[in-house]
Amino acid sequence: MATLHTVNQSPYGRTALARCLNYIQPGAGLLLMEDGVLAALTGGAWADRLGGVDGVEIFALGPDLAARGIAIGAVAPNIRIVDYAGFVKLAVEYDRVQSWL
Amino acid sequence: MIFGILVNSGPYQHQAADSAYQFARAILDAGHVLHRVFFYHDGVNNGTRLTSAPQDDRQIVERWTRLALEQGVDLVLCVAAAQRRGVVDADEAERHGKDGDNLAPGFRISGLGQLIETAIETDRLVTFGA
Amino acid sequence: MLFLHHRAPHGSVVAQEGLDAVLAAAAFDQNVTVAYLDDGVFQLVHGQDTSSIGIKNFTPAIRALAHYGVGQLLVEQESLSARGLARQDLVDATIETDETAARGPQVPLIRLVTRAELSALMEAQDVVLSF
Repeated sequence: MATLHTVNQSPYGRTALARCLNYIQPGAGLLLMEDGVLAALTGGAWADRLGGVDGVEIFALGPDLAARGIAIGAVAPNIRIVDYAGFVKLAVEYDRVQSWL
Repeated sequence: MIFGILVNSGPYQHQAADSAYQFARAILDAGHVLHRVFFYHDGVNNGTRLTSAPQDDRQIVERWTRLALEQGVDLVLCVAAAQRRGVVDADEAERHGKDGDNLAPGFRISGLGQLIETAIETDRLVTFGA
Repeated sequence: MLFLHHRAPHGSVVAQEGLDAVLAAAAFDQNVTVAYLDDGVFQLVHGQDTSSIGIKNFTPAIRALAHYGVGQLLVEQESLSARGLARQDLVDATIETDETAARGPQVPLIRLVTRAELSALMEAQDVVLSF
């Protein structure tokens, strides 16, 4: 039974992502959305930190990246970009969704 | 698959109200069932019909209303949270001696039991908020 | 069904409305687990006096959960330690069980759990509601 975790706050301003990482288990998924996509910017401290999380698939919501001027090429390579249809698919594939607010 | 959505943030203050709506649309577009959208905490402010957003920006309350009226989605505001924040339907207004009501079309006000029922009856409950 | 309480009391209404949601769930015949972590552990500190800030103190109602069949309230040890709190800073109450105090042992309302235990618990749920 694997969880899709969502984080919608910037990790530079709020602790939701850090707290989520304290609990996330191998096999889980992590979706960055809204201000949470700021963690995905390659070269940033948080993209580096996310690169070190083993066994967790990391996704970022494309519309939120585009809104914040983060080009696809600027997203850390281990992060998969999905749209809202993809978000729904992930919610179906994983067994539950847990939001870190 | 049957989905439920919980919205904890008010309109415009935080993007959560927008993300929740886009997710709701994506659920329906994918052919899944959206059992209910439940609004709690400041999320109940999504249900007041008295908002006047700038014309060139999204009309958050109105598009929730369209979701309810056109797609039959059940939109429920928690009664206790709504009372605190001043979102009332006609019955509530009369019961509490208010001189007006402001519930937007397509919404209904009910108890927290509806959130628990959503958690029980849906396959996936997704929370949006801040 | 797992309820996670992350927020400190009184600074926002989330803690109070989170408790209301637990009470609503207790009325259904569901397997409900309640856990306090991060700043949520502050909701269980004893001796809270909100009279000077003019806000109603809802936290005594948390103790009422002892009578609602939700079992022990789980409190994360790591969250306590990080915040300079210890078990003795928290409310001291017991759960009502079928056996009275005279006939059986008193079960404490609060049970400390580790982060690892709580993490495993999250994975075992049908649904997780966070406040």
